[in-house]
Amino acid sequence: MSDSPLRLALGLVTGVVFGVLLQKGRVAKHGVIIGQLVLRGFTVLKIMLTAIAVGGVGYWVLVAIGATHAEIKPAQMGGILVGGLLFGSGLAVLGYCPGTTIAAVGEGRLDAVAGLLGMLAGAFAFVIGFPLFGELQTSVADWGKLTLPEATNVVAAIWLVGLIASG
Amino acid sequence: MDALSAATTRITRDPTSLRYTMVMGVFMRGLRAKSWSPFAVGLAIGLLSWFAFATADHGLGITTPFEYGAALVQRALGSSNEAYFRDHTPKLGWEVMVVVGVFIGSLVSSKLSGDREHATVPIAWRRRFGGSVGLRMALALSGGVVMMLGARLARGCTSGHGITGALQLAVSSWIFIVIAFVAAIATALAIYGRPEPRDARVWRDES
Repeated sequence: MSDSPLRLALGLVTGVVFGVLLQKGRVAKHGVIIGQLVLRGFTVLKIMLTAIAVGGVGYWVLVAIGATHAEIKPAQMGGILVGGLLFGSGLAVLGYCPGTTIAAVGEGRLDAVAGLLGMLAGAFAFVIGFPLFGELQTSVADWGKLTLPEATNVVAAIWLVGLIASG
Repeated sequence: MDALSAATTRITRDPTSLRYTMVMGVFMRGLRAKSWSPFAVGLAIGLLSWFAFATADHGLGITTPFEYGAALVQRALGSSNEAYFRDHTPKLGWEVMVVVGVFIGSLVSSKLSGDREHATVPIAWRRRFGGSVGLRMALALSGGVVMMLGARLARGCTSGHGITGALQLAVSSWIFIVIAFVAAIATALAIYGRPEPRDARVWRDES
């Protein structure tokens, strides 16, 4: 542990609130996730789009005043393409995403415990096979830490307004 | 922030005061509810991500500490994964505490509301594959392996890309969301088909 005790405590507080919200949002439930994926219930999408819209406004204000310099994930298309396909199909079989697997374990669901053990095994598979997987991440196309405003030359505020309006 | 903490101190200083009772009453009633509106939950997750960016310079995410933990265990077991450690400097800190916190938060929330679930085979699965615990556990485990491998290849999951990267307007995250959702929807439709609208209890997970 190389983070300060304060930073660790902040992480714990953030996580506890996140866990309460996932549980109250009913997304730690297998049927609710599957219902979204077979397009019968839209709880997951409502939560995600609201979080993106609200979170985006605050994040871009924090960026504008220099209060955050959080990393942007690199657009490495090899990893995104293969990873996205594996992630989506695994998610549909398990019926919980990574965060909601943890929340489902908290709710007492034993199949989520099996999912969590699988996630641990998957993480080991990734680091053990890293020379190959690292190659795959960067080999196809690596556009670096690119954002939509940079890629399109349209400022973030316009993107956010567009996103909120289309939601 | 100072005004907020002053108000909090004023309210919590005297546990017998009416104001304390009222604030704690509303707070506890909220925690005892079985569910909140998805829009309220989304709003709160949005505000929580401001908190994370402001206090930790980091967005919400789940899977990074799994990768870091696996790499550190691998090294502790004596395997020198030079390629990995050349590109990454794994550490366990804020990120792993978030994961621990999610477990605690969901545990407390479900205990307070009585919304506990001990059925090993969820209703949607049982309708499709029957009640075999072994089959459900085996496929849940396999799904977890594939999902985590995919998340680490793409460097994020529904939280790291789906919320954090999306609100940062990262190109990688929006492409990931489209690919992952299309793959997940296709797989789920192949497994479950599309249930009738009258089967609402299946996708509300009411067993």
